Amino acid sequence: MANFYTDNEALKFYLNHPMMKKIVELKERNFADADKFDYAPKDFEDALDSYDRVLDIVGDICGNIIAENAESVDHEGPRVENGRVIYASATEKNLDACRKAGLMGMSMPRRLGGLNFPITPYIMAADIVSRADTGFENLWGLQDCAETIYEFADEEQKQKYIPRVCAGETMSMDLTEPDAGSDLQSVMLKATQKEDGSWVLNGVKRFITNGDSDIHLVLARSEEGTKDGRGLSMFIYDKRNGGVNVRRIENKMGIKGSPTCELVYKDAPAELVGSRKLGLIKYVMALMNGARLGIAAQSVGVSEIAYREALAYAKDRKQFGKAIIEFPAVSEILSVMKAKLDASRTLLYACSRFVDMYKIYDDIAKERKLEVEEKKEAKYYSRLADAFTPLAKGMTSEFCNQNAYDCIQIHGGSGFMKDYACERIYRDARITSIYEGTTQLQVVAAIRHVTTGTFLNWIKEQEDKHVAVKNEDVKAILKQMTQQYAAAVEAVGSVDSTEYHDFMARRLVEMAGYTVMGYLLLDDAQRDDSFRKSLNVFVKLGQAEVAKHADFISNFRPEQIADYLYK
Amino acid sequence: MSLNIIVLAKQVPDTRNVGKDAMKEDGTINRAVLPAIFNPEDLNALEQALKLKEMYPGTKVTLLTMGPARAAEVIREGLYRGADNGIVLSDRAFAGADTLATSYALNAAVRKIGDYDLIIGGRQAIDGDTAQVGPQIAEKLGLPQVTYAEEIVCVENGKATVKRRLEGGVETVKAPLPLVITVNGSADECRPRNARNVQKYKYAAVPSEVANDEAKKAFVEARPYLQIGEWTAASVDADLQQCGLAGSPTKVKGIENVVFTAKDARRVENNEEELEGLIKELIANHTIG
Repeated sequence: MANFYTDNEALKFYLNHPMMKKIVELKERNFADADKFDYAPKDFEDALDSYDRVLDIVGDICGNIIAENAESVDHEGPRVENGRVIYASATEKNLDACRKAGLMGMSMPRRLGGLNFPITPYIMAADIVSRADTGFENLWGLQDCAETIYEFADEEQKQKYIPRVCAGETMSMDLTEPDAGSDLQSVMLKATQKEDGSWVLNGVKRFITNGDSDIHLVLARSEEGTKDGRGLSMFIYDKRNGGVNVRRIENKMGIKGSPTCELVYKDAPAELVGSRKLGLIKYVMALMNGARLGIAAQSVGVSEIAYREALAYAKDRKQFGKAIIEFPAVSEILSVMKAKLDASRTLLYACSRFVDMYKIYDDIAKERKLEVEEKKEAKYYSRLADAFTPLAKGMTSEFCNQNAYDCIQIHGGSGFMKDYACERIYRDARITSIYEGTTQLQVVAAIRHVTTGTFLNWIKEQEDKHVAVKNEDVKAILKQMTQQYAAAVEAVGSVDSTEYHDFMARRLVEMAGYTVMGYLLLDDAQRDDSFRKSLNVFVKLGQAEVAKHADFISNFRPEQIADYLYK
Repeated sequence: MSLNIIVLAKQVPDTRNVGKDAMKEDGTINRAVLPAIFNPEDLNALEQALKLKEMYPGTKVTLLTMGPARAAEVIREGLYRGADNGIVLSDRAFAGADTLATSYALNAAVRKIGDYDLIIGGRQAIDGDTAQVGPQIAEKLGLPQVTYAEEIVCVENGKATVKRRLEGGVETVKAPLPLVITVNGSADECRPRNARNVQKYKYAAVPSEVANDEAKKAFVEARPYLQIGEWTAASVDADLQQCGLAGSPTKVKGIENVVFTAKDARRVENNEEELEGLIKELIANHTIG
């Protein structure tokens, strides 16, 4: 009886992170629900115990049902019949298990049928689900869209839709169009207001994950004659009303169980969410930030399974009279995989804690005025969440691709065959650094926190923390990496060319990433010695990577950029 | 229409992955190394009850188990999955029971519960593998029984329609309520624990589990849904002579490890002479009799 939660001690370690106490107490408003709901916790320990027990259920379902089904889902895939998506048969079984287990709408408040979990344990569930079946994580994880309804829709809409999500109805975010991918300002799907005030949608959406969902969030152009993001609004389309059909689904390289749909809207009735014209500039940005954190969790799940598959094979496979794990060339790959996995996970949960803090304060601010100190704290964490979300999405998705590559490498020729899970993992990993904004776009979002100093300030806070003697060497390296990073930011900033800044942006963000992740692992190792090996390996890697980028930047003359441009 | 369903469940040592230390030298089970679990086929039985609960709203599913107070864990597992309440039949007088004494005690508890339409249990438990308790309870209660059930299709007009998994195929039968059904392991797997129920029922307990902790005791006493019944031999009016060791005619003579070895098959012709020869041979080597 496999359990993907209990067999992974890191999850419990992060569930018990010191910051969780504050997060839980704020989230539970000092446990006011305990008298109203028989499943609400009465104190912090009770809440943590509940998260632990629910994650145990997630681990059980993932280990015994979803992971077992992953291969058949990958083979069978979904199909379209009469404009409707039919999931692979085992996908239905996965969904049924998640519904019966009550794992939908996990972060929604109890009054709307949810479990009122903070984002952090919810993201842990996503991490676990992705390890079991990366494509299924999308279908399950799109419950995240309920957050956007909760944050921006009116009370009537919340009452109407959120309990349905909690009961197991699926969601989708209909943003992309044939001519509006990364550039969502170009969205053309037309929203028309009728005389009675209601809205209808007409047009086409493309690449919509789980596009035949029960409840859609749709980005559409409500302001006739506009061409940019300010003419876009967000709508809810309820499948029960009809008006949207699936024209086709894509034949993809990976995450084959997750249907990617082309949708045709014909006078589809829809409800406006929040205010007109804020669709892209406010709501989609919030939606995307949540989704990016979800992809970071998905990426960590991929790294986890890639590492486990590689480790198991390397122990089992014998060549030249011994297991291949005994050869340094192989064991080095594995230890670097593990270091990237651990670094990814610690960044993911640091980020989720920041998101928790600012979101909870945002929610409390709807009930009462925040105290001055609270406001300050809310702003601090909001900024960190804004900085860490693209960093986490970018770094973890690139690392999971590297780990999937190395997983096949460890398997040698067998890994290239269809016989082992690693080839599916490799295909599934590939999308993570593309959707919800490519790594290049994560750099665009993260770079302003390089230039405004969000990352550097956070790193300096870590520098001030005392560390155990045995970790002092590593800290010295991290300090040195920080200096190189700060110097590189200075050097790039001193050149007066936007083109040059853009050209160097990814290097700077990666330097910040390696340093931040190194410090997070250091903090983990301070609390639990089992992280030391990964800390040492990761900081060695980070030291080399930061030095590489520093070298590149200092040896680069701005005019050399011409060699890299196509004009 | 709603039903009252009693699900019989047993807490058993997990014998599915036994190592060398699974048995003690004296031939008894080494419970210390084997985790206690919900008997797998009883979970299949619970799933059938929960399906009926979905089909017939208002249906009440009560779990009944016999064992020490820690067997309340089985009841909690059932509550997490959707059962409504549970009873642990717990008394030193029940200790050492074989199937006859067990079915006697359970039958007494069922009589005490009184109001029921269906009694559903697993076909057999993985520790004893006898498949006797369900049928014995039916006999003691004077009820019809359907064994090897794979699916309880429906309950209509006072009759249950049940699919039975037999050696050569599937048989569909109808039987009048009240009825005892034992469910086969080939039936649908039990649904997972539910996140909300786990949070709601995690403190559910029998009185003796919280007797020494005033805070826990008060917490449970203030919440009826957390109270798991704990019945003794006296509370079900059981005749002590028919309970536990005293009521168990089965005596264990000895236990030995059996190592299966493949031998050539022998064909016995279907005639009196050959069959009689085989029977005599099996009696002589103590395989039967």
